[in-house]
Amino acid sequence: MTGAWVVAAAVLLALGFGLYRRVVDGRLRPATADDGLDPARIGHEFGHRATFVQFSSEVCAPCRTTARVLGEVSAATPGVAHVEIDAAQRLDLADELGITRTPTVLLLDSKGVVRNRIVGAPRKPDVLQALQLIDN
Amino acid sequence: MTTASTPTAALIDPRGPRFGAAVTSVVLAATLLTGPALGLVLLALQTGAFAAGALLGLRYQPYGWFFRRFVRPRLGAPDDLEDERPPRFAQAVGLGFAVLGILGIVFAVPVLFYVAVGVALVAALLNAVFDFCLGCEVYLLGQRLLGRRAAAAGSAR
Repeated sequence: MTGAWVVAAAVLLALGFGLYRRVVDGRLRPATADDGLDPARIGHEFGHRATFVQFSSEVCAPCRTTARVLGEVSAATPGVAHVEIDAAQRLDLADELGITRTPTVLLLDSKGVVRNRIVGAPRKPDVLQALQLIDN
Repeated sequence: MTTASTPTAALIDPRGPRFGAAVTSVVLAATLLTGPALGLVLLALQTGAFAAGALLGLRYQPYGWFFRRFVRPRLGAPDDLEDERPPRFAQAVGLGFAVLGILGIVFAVPVLFYVAVGVALVAALLNAVFDFCLGCEVYLLGQRLLGRRAAAAGSAR
């Protein structure tokens, strides 16, 4: 009897959490802290218009999808750079920026100020929209 | 312009692990329904499947083998192939909880059995239904804990 309750609880939990994640995953959020990032710490020059800093890990399948989307966008948009960072290799940065899961993408403006944060794989239209807003 | 670390690892059909997660969900649910006594047989089978996938690689995961042998020939080619490391990591996490469940049976702690197998079932269902990425959630956390421990051990010396 206990087993049946555990199965029921597991099914409810999985459905609830999965649906919740489906709603929030990959959504664009305004950055909470207004801290800037330094190109030297990222190990890559910033784009003169915007930079996507993507935190990934090797056991993360959506990170590949994200890298593909951001790679396409940065290739097609002049002045936009895409930098991918292995979060496990840069735990210092991940700690500092409060990155708890991958993929997490920070969208930096031309001055290196973090303007948006996307946790989970972003959708391409959202990414393009964020880029348009960043120039203002 | 993109600077990406292009990983080189075995590539697999992403539908394989998802099929495997569905089978795993059924086996784990059956384990819970039969309870700690009879459930031991099912849980031992599932533990073996997790161990094969995590320790030897997904090629040796029995559900994955079944998928390639009997299911995949009936489907079309996949849109994309995927790195095997994320699902392999998930198998390792599953193995951890399955072993905890077995310990719960062996040492007659039913709560441990129900909680550990229940957690594994949640993860398997999330994977099967939503293509949930377990590694994305817990890998970084694990790395942080390992890093802290290594740092603590280093400073203690």
